[in-house]
Amino acid sequence: MSLVAELAGGGRELAQKWGRFTLFTARLCAVTPRALLRPRLLLEQVYNTGAQSLVIIMLSGLFVGMVLGLQGFDLLRRFGSTESLGSAVALGLLRELGPVVTALLFAGRAGTALTSEIGLMSATDQLSAMEMMAVDPVRRVCAPRFIGGVIAMPLLAAIFSATGIFGGQLVGVTLMGVDAGQFWSQMRGAVELRDITEGIIKSGAFGLACSAIAVFEGYHAVPTADGVGRATTRTVVTSSVAVLVLDYMLTAVLL
Amino acid sequence: MTPAIQPAAPDEAGCIARLSGVGYAIGGRQVFDGLDVTIARGKVTAIMGPSGTGKTTLLRLITGQIRPTAGRIEVDGEDLGRLDTDGLYRLRQRMGMLFQNGALLTDLDVFENVAFPLREHTDLPESLVARIVLMKLHAVGLRGAARLMPSELSGGMARRVALARAIVMDPKLLIYDEPFAGLDPIAMGVVLRLIRSTNDALGLTSIVVSHDVQEIGLLADRAYLLAAGRVAAAGSPAELAADAAPVVRQFMSGEADGPVPFHYPAPDYEAQLLGAEVPE
Repeated sequence: MSLVAELAGGGRELAQKWGRFTLFTARLCAVTPRALLRPRLLLEQVYNTGAQSLVIIMLSGLFVGMVLGLQGFDLLRRFGSTESLGSAVALGLLRELGPVVTALLFAGRAGTALTSEIGLMSATDQLSAMEMMAVDPVRRVCAPRFIGGVIAMPLLAAIFSATGIFGGQLVGVTLMGVDAGQFWSQMRGAVELRDITEGIIKSGAFGLACSAIAVFEGYHAVPTADGVGRATTRTVVTSSVAVLVLDYMLTAVLL
Repeated sequence: MTPAIQPAAPDEAGCIARLSGVGYAIGGRQVFDGLDVTIARGKVTAIMGPSGTGKTTLLRLITGQIRPTAGRIEVDGEDLGRLDTDGLYRLRQRMGMLFQNGALLTDLDVFENVAFPLREHTDLPESLVARIVLMKLHAVGLRGAARLMPSELSGGMARRVALARAIVMDPKLLIYDEPFAGLDPIAMGVVLRLIRSTNDALGLTSIVVSHDVQEIGLLADRAYLLAAGRVAAAGSPAELAADAAPVVRQFMSGEADGPVPFHYPAPDYEAQLLGAEVPE
């Protein structure tokens, strides 16, 4: 009986949280047009979430591409078609790994930074002070960070994929001896515009989800050290699950 | 509890804020029950009381950050219960609030913190913003600290910057939450003088929440002492000091035990020790 009650309580809590998240996201969207009128604030946030994540994104992209090059080469050798390595690496990165891995890294680096920053602002009364100055913190603090994340994610995914393709080329062509001309020409022939569009749509959707979750968790964090820590953890967990679920749904729709 | 001293209520024109029969409960606890407070225009009014009596909650009610569960709150002619978010924000542009820790925006320097309300609410040219900010910083003695970051300020300096920010929009009502907490005697004296001089020079009304009896005695024109969710006493600091009501006496002379007990409610001491019960 207590198990049933616990499950019911958990379900109710989940429904309440989902409701709060939906309302908060609607509020974010409502103030977005006004936030767009302050490009300087947006640029700051694109820099904070995007440019500050560049090193980790490029490094990860390089190694993911190198692994793809190794695995792809080994697999394709069994079928005697190593010249297709370029298209395998590019399609894997553009359609799937680029957007997904970038989003997971974004949740871990920029998402946690957003949550802890907003949570600490709340814990130190900075958000209350803004409200007392008749400034809506959702418009002034949350919306620019949300929009900055949405803009930064597709750019980061594109950089990830580009670095990954370079990593694949490094392993496939330089180390394994695949012909460079075949590597690039096969890639050019195989990759279509819709493959790139799929990657852009996915990374845009992941950007929306990860940024909204990060600012929501920060804004609703319990204003204590423990509360901010827990909110930061929830950002990573929720964003990662949301990215993987969304990825399946989008892949099913876009295929 | 009947108020020991009945405040002489200022008339409508002389009153900037009025709380009538206000009740507020949170988490099943009744913080206020039938609270009546009137804030006289142009004066420094102190809200005092033991810790946990809801002094900060009262400020949050006056500023519309929380809504009362009963009663009516009027601030500068506006009934807070009838205001929507936009109306509340318009009213707050006529208020300034100084938080206990200053609540400065940590990613902006001192100058930008003070300029923040001007940039958000006005389209003034940069040269005018700079002049206004420098004048306000000069008034609190920190013009030279304009380019310091909040992390480089002492507690007293942070509160002075917060005061400059609170007055930058020339508000009618200025609210201070525990302005003396954690300050050394020099910083405390500076803040005390600034509150008084700001109030008189700018023709403001000030509400100061504090439990520093001595400082309030020097600063306030009128004081309310809260206890058990109601006004236990009201009047000038001198009148409160002369009040014979036990709760007022205990607070004003800092006695450890009395109507506000030293011990938090607990089971019988002897029974608990002998039974070796672990508190649940």
